[in-house]
Parts: sequence; structure tokens; C-alpha cells
Amino acid sequence: MIAEIVGEFLVLFGTIFYFLSSLGLIRMPDVYNRMQTATKSATLGSLGVIIGVGIWAIGHVGSYAWLPKTLVIAVFLLLTNPISAHALIRAAYKSGIPLWEGSVVDKYREYLEKEEGKEEVSDETKEGEQ
Amino acid sequence: MIGINIYLLIIAIATLLSMYRVFRGPTTVDRVVAVDIMTTITTGLMVLFALYYKRAIFLDVALVYAVLAFLGVIAFARYLEGGV
Repeated sequence: MIAEIVGEFLVLFGTIFYFLSSLGLIRMPDVYNRMQTATKSATLGSLGVIIGVGIWAIGHVGSYAWLPKTLVIAVFLLLTNPISAHALIRAAYKSGIPLWEGSVVDKYREYLEKEEGKEEVSDETKEGEQ
Repeated sequence: MIGINIYLLIIAIATLLSMYRVFRGPTTVDRVVAVDIMTTITTGLMVLFALYYKRAIFLDVALVYAVLAFLGVIAFARYLEGGV
């Protein structure tokens, strides 16, 4: 009985976060903001729904075998979702999609400029030594 | 309390809402991001369906679907970066 209540609460929690993530996918102005809102809340929603189903099944189906399986799926999603988001957004930046005009800070460009500056300096010192 | 049908309905609506960005999105990365979110949401939907039919074997389908979606997104990101 208590397992059903706890599991259903977790499923409700995750469902709300799923809805918010798809809402953020529509509302946000550019690729980077969309990825930011959607990926985080979809990952949290997945954790809620999947582990919630595992706990709910203890009372609803009467089996403890669901919980390990759902834990495996949840941990896999928790590990892989940030990796795919990171790879995608790096590809977007490298292929030259501009930031939204209201964006304030671009740390990755500062980092790239600093790296280029370092390489130029090291080249000059090498030439001077020769 | 509320019932499993309502949760299935809300998650289906969320999937359809993210379908809007697949059709509308101005760049390719927008569409890939939307498909990535759709597959994450669909994994949760499959797990809920397993509870709806009370069959534990359907959980394996969700796990394999998550693995395949992850590999697809990584391959697409490599392709967009120009490194395939």
C-alpha cells in the first residue's frame, strides 16, 4: 500500500517534468537554451518515472523483480543523457550556429581565443630561438 | 490515486509537443535535439506501458531502445561536427 503511494507520487513528479521539458523545447529562443532546459528536466523526469514504476510495481504487481531492472535503465539514462547533450551542443557550436542576440557571456569562445593566443606566443618564441 | 491512464496521456501530449520543434526547427541541430528529447520521453512511456500490461519483459525493450537512441545521437553529433 505504501509502495503504491510512493511510486505513484514519483511517477506524477516525473510526468510533470517531462511536460515542462517539452514546453521548454518550444518556448526557448535558440539551440543552446533549448538544450539547456530540455535535457536537464527530461533526465530528472526519467529518473522519477522509471524508479517510480519500479516501486509502484511492488504493490501493483506484487513482484520485487521490477526494481533492479528499472534501476539499471535509470542509471543508464543518467549516464548517457549528458554525454549526448554535450556532443550535440559542441557540434552545434563548431558548425557555426550563432547565439541568441540577448546572450551575455560566451565562455567557450574566450577559451578558444586564449588557446590560439598561447599557440601564437609559443610559435614566436620558437622562431626567436632559431 | 489518479490512475495510470492520465500519466500515459500527459506523456503522449509531451511527445507531440516536442514533435512541433522537429517540424519547425530552423537548423538541423534543433531537430536532432528535439528527437533526442522525444526518445528520452518515449523510454519513460515504454516503462509505464510495461506497468500498464503488468509484463516485466517489456522493460527490456525500453533498455534496448535507450541504448540505440544514445548511439544514434552520438553518431549524428559526430557527423555534424564533420568527423565521421
